[in-house]
Amino acid sequence: MNKRDIEFEILRYNPETDEKPSFQTYRVPCQEDWVILDAINYVKDEIDRTLSYRWSCHMAVCGSCGMMINGEPTLSCKSFLRDHPDRIRIEPLSNFPIERDLITVMDDFMEKLGSVKPYIVPNEDRPVDEGEHRQTPAQLADFKQYTACINCLLCYAACPQYALNEDFVGPGALALAHRYNLDSRDVGREARADVVASNAGIWECSFVGACSQVCPHDVDPAGAIQQTKIASTVDYFKALLMPWRN
Amino acid sequence: MESIRSDVAIVGAGGAGLRAAIAVAETDPDLRVALISKVYPMRSHTVAAEGGAAGVVKDNDSLENHFDDTVAGGDWLCDQDAVELFVNEAPRELTQIEHWGCPWSREPNGRVAVRPFGGMKVERTWYAADKTGFHMLHTLFQTSLKYPSIQRYDEFYSTDLVVVDGRCRGVTAIDMRSGQMRLFRAKAVIIATGGAGRVFPFTTNGAIKTGDGMAMAYRAGVPLKDMEFIQYHPTGLPGTGILITEGARGEGGILVNRDGYRYLQDYGLGPPDPWPRKKAMELGPRDRLSQAFWHEHNKGRTIESPHGDVVHLDLRQLGEKKIEERLPMVRELAQSYVGVDPVHEPIPVRPVVHYTMGGIDTDIDAASRIGGLFAAGECACVSINGANRLGSNSLTELLVFGARAGRGAAAQAGDEGHEPDQSAIEEQAAAAQDGVGELFRRTGGTERIPHLRKEMNDTMELGAGIYRNEESLKESCAKMADIQRRYAGIELEDKSNVYNTDLIQALELGSMIEVARAIVVSALNRAESRGSHQRLDRVERDDQNYLKHTLARYSTDGDPSIEYRDVVITKSVPGERVYGGGEK
Repeated sequence: MNKRDIEFEILRYNPETDEKPSFQTYRVPCQEDWVILDAINYVKDEIDRTLSYRWSCHMAVCGSCGMMINGEPTLSCKSFLRDHPDRIRIEPLSNFPIERDLITVMDDFMEKLGSVKPYIVPNEDRPVDEGEHRQTPAQLADFKQYTACINCLLCYAACPQYALNEDFVGPGALALAHRYNLDSRDVGREARADVVASNAGIWECSFVGACSQVCPHDVDPAGAIQQTKIASTVDYFKALLMPWRN
Repeated sequence: MESIRSDVAIVGAGGAGLRAAIAVAETDPDLRVALISKVYPMRSHTVAAEGGAAGVVKDNDSLENHFDDTVAGGDWLCDQDAVELFVNEAPRELTQIEHWGCPWSREPNGRVAVRPFGGMKVERTWYAADKTGFHMLHTLFQTSLKYPSIQRYDEFYSTDLVVVDGRCRGVTAIDMRSGQMRLFRAKAVIIATGGAGRVFPFTTNGAIKTGDGMAMAYRAGVPLKDMEFIQYHPTGLPGTGILITEGARGEGGILVNRDGYRYLQDYGLGPPDPWPRKKAMELGPRDRLSQAFWHEHNKGRTIESPHGDVVHLDLRQLGEKKIEERLPMVRELAQSYVGVDPVHEPIPVRPVVHYTMGGIDTDIDAASRIGGLFAAGECACVSINGANRLGSNSLTELLVFGARAGRGAAAQAGDEGHEPDQSAIEEQAAAAQDGVGELFRRTGGTERIPHLRKEMNDTMELGAGIYRNEESLKESCAKMADIQRRYAGIELEDKSNVYNTDLIQALELGSMIEVARAIVVSALNRAESRGSHQRLDRVERDDQNYLKHTLARYSTDGDPSIEYRDVVITKSVPGERVYGGGEK
């Protein structure tokens, strides 16, 4: 296996001892088929036990290991060294406070995720004994893309609006709300509108589309937000023109 | 030490822990649930399960079929009362999670679709493309947000159970963000921490699967049951060990050796045609398929690769459309991690450690022998999986037994018994804190954590691989005892409080070493071959002596002590496992 020495500049921060974050450089003898995460694990195991970061599945589905790699929000377990030069800069995901080293504070996202009511609001209390709901493949296809979000937060790190306004509900949570709104088993759209169609919701999005570009699972949050805007606008005019239907 | 009170504390927020939490909340919304996990719920390893979840739902199937397949697949080491209950409750649980929004793949008429899986006579595996575990986990997590009584403690690493007067009274955990120890007082505790695949060097398991919950229960006095049964999944990607789902074979994929020959026909699984065919060839059980690879390798008929020998999983006959619809993640994983597009080329695969059949000894209500202590999911051994789990039974298991654990814990929480001795509880919590404190302050250590971990991994592969023998098991037992002794000589290199992952890895290594010793000592004592436990020096199954569960009991010095318990047989008399042409 081909080996290559790569220099990693990793942003370090220990809140107990450091006033502010600073870069530390590690020279890692890398195998060419490694991903970035393999190299960071090498640093942890062989060079510096004090480096902290999150990871688990190593197959791009648990969503733990998002980082800024040469300035781009990326899953480090899916970013191959063969696609990178001999010097790589690693930072925690942008737009989140740093807890320690590459570990960010996720509280804000977790709160927003819950705020959009990301669960089925059923039309009727269907007893389990009556079996599954009927949902055709076409009905499933309506929302399936938006079920693929792994909560890796790359979209938040890429979002220029979230950078400016931390109240913005943000791409991941809004895409998830859209997923449930489109589900044939759900009638919760109105209940979600409080948050989704608020000033901090869809209208805050300026449709730069950076979220969809960095999404590792092609969820297309930008598309979800645009579709929600259209649906909300229709709701608005319906209420204006047909007040008796409210 | 700050103490946090709840009615039910749940350790682990993967599929089983979340299902349990919801069950408590639905049983009694007034019960306070503390859901404690070392990772955010959606990072739990349930997320990586791909192929599906088994449950009888179609007219061409029956509960008896599911029962028979599971019991034979487990080489008759399953408790049959548990399997019967499991197959009965499976359809209801799968339907329940459908009501909660799980995006199951569908038939044209809108009913849920099912696919064939290994060792199953009839197709009964519900699936959400090839991301079933991911969708189940996210559905459960998102649904759990509906219940205000569920209070999450994300990124808290649990260290020890608190057991006073034979009853579990809580658990101690480190708040990883502050490094502070907390005492979670509870009237009932559920462990749902998953398996321990990380004791092995080559595994599909994520970094977090270090057997912490198994080790906690074990130290508290609950035996670990049937730990010698380790499942090797036949199709992992070389190098990374990334899982390629059995669903790929369920949809019609074939396995060929270096000559392009479907070698499984040489190992009692043929004839190869017609294909696809249930319970035959590539749809045989995982233990048989992984064992066949081992033999092919010894015959020199596998294919060399930089990360160990492989065979080829060929999906080309499925065509691009079907692969995209049914196996999109497999395609993506193969393209990314081995540079192969399965539409045009076969995928290189080799057997990889996947699942621990054994675990915390529980009864069919998910209750352990310690009052108020429950366990569910991969960390538990009920036992429905016996000597070899059938693919797609584990996702269903975490629903069925997660729910049972939740309901059981809710009932116990209303009936705590006499008021516990507060000072005894605090004493135990303080002892747990002292243990971590000692490790934290220790100086003059001679051992490095990653190196000791690697030695453990290599020792386990040597002794507890696909085929085992007395000699290598004895060597592994001795080596693991030595590794445990040397573990006392590790020293942390990170002495900070906030998010000290050096500390967490040290504690995880401690758990893994304890679990690893239970595995090799259990394997050495079982002098027969059954399911996934194959001994080259004892090639036959021995029902006379070993139609029994192994119970490994923790010992503070030396190897675990081993006891046995009879398997519960209700209606299926142990017979020969028949796959391929012999199947009627």
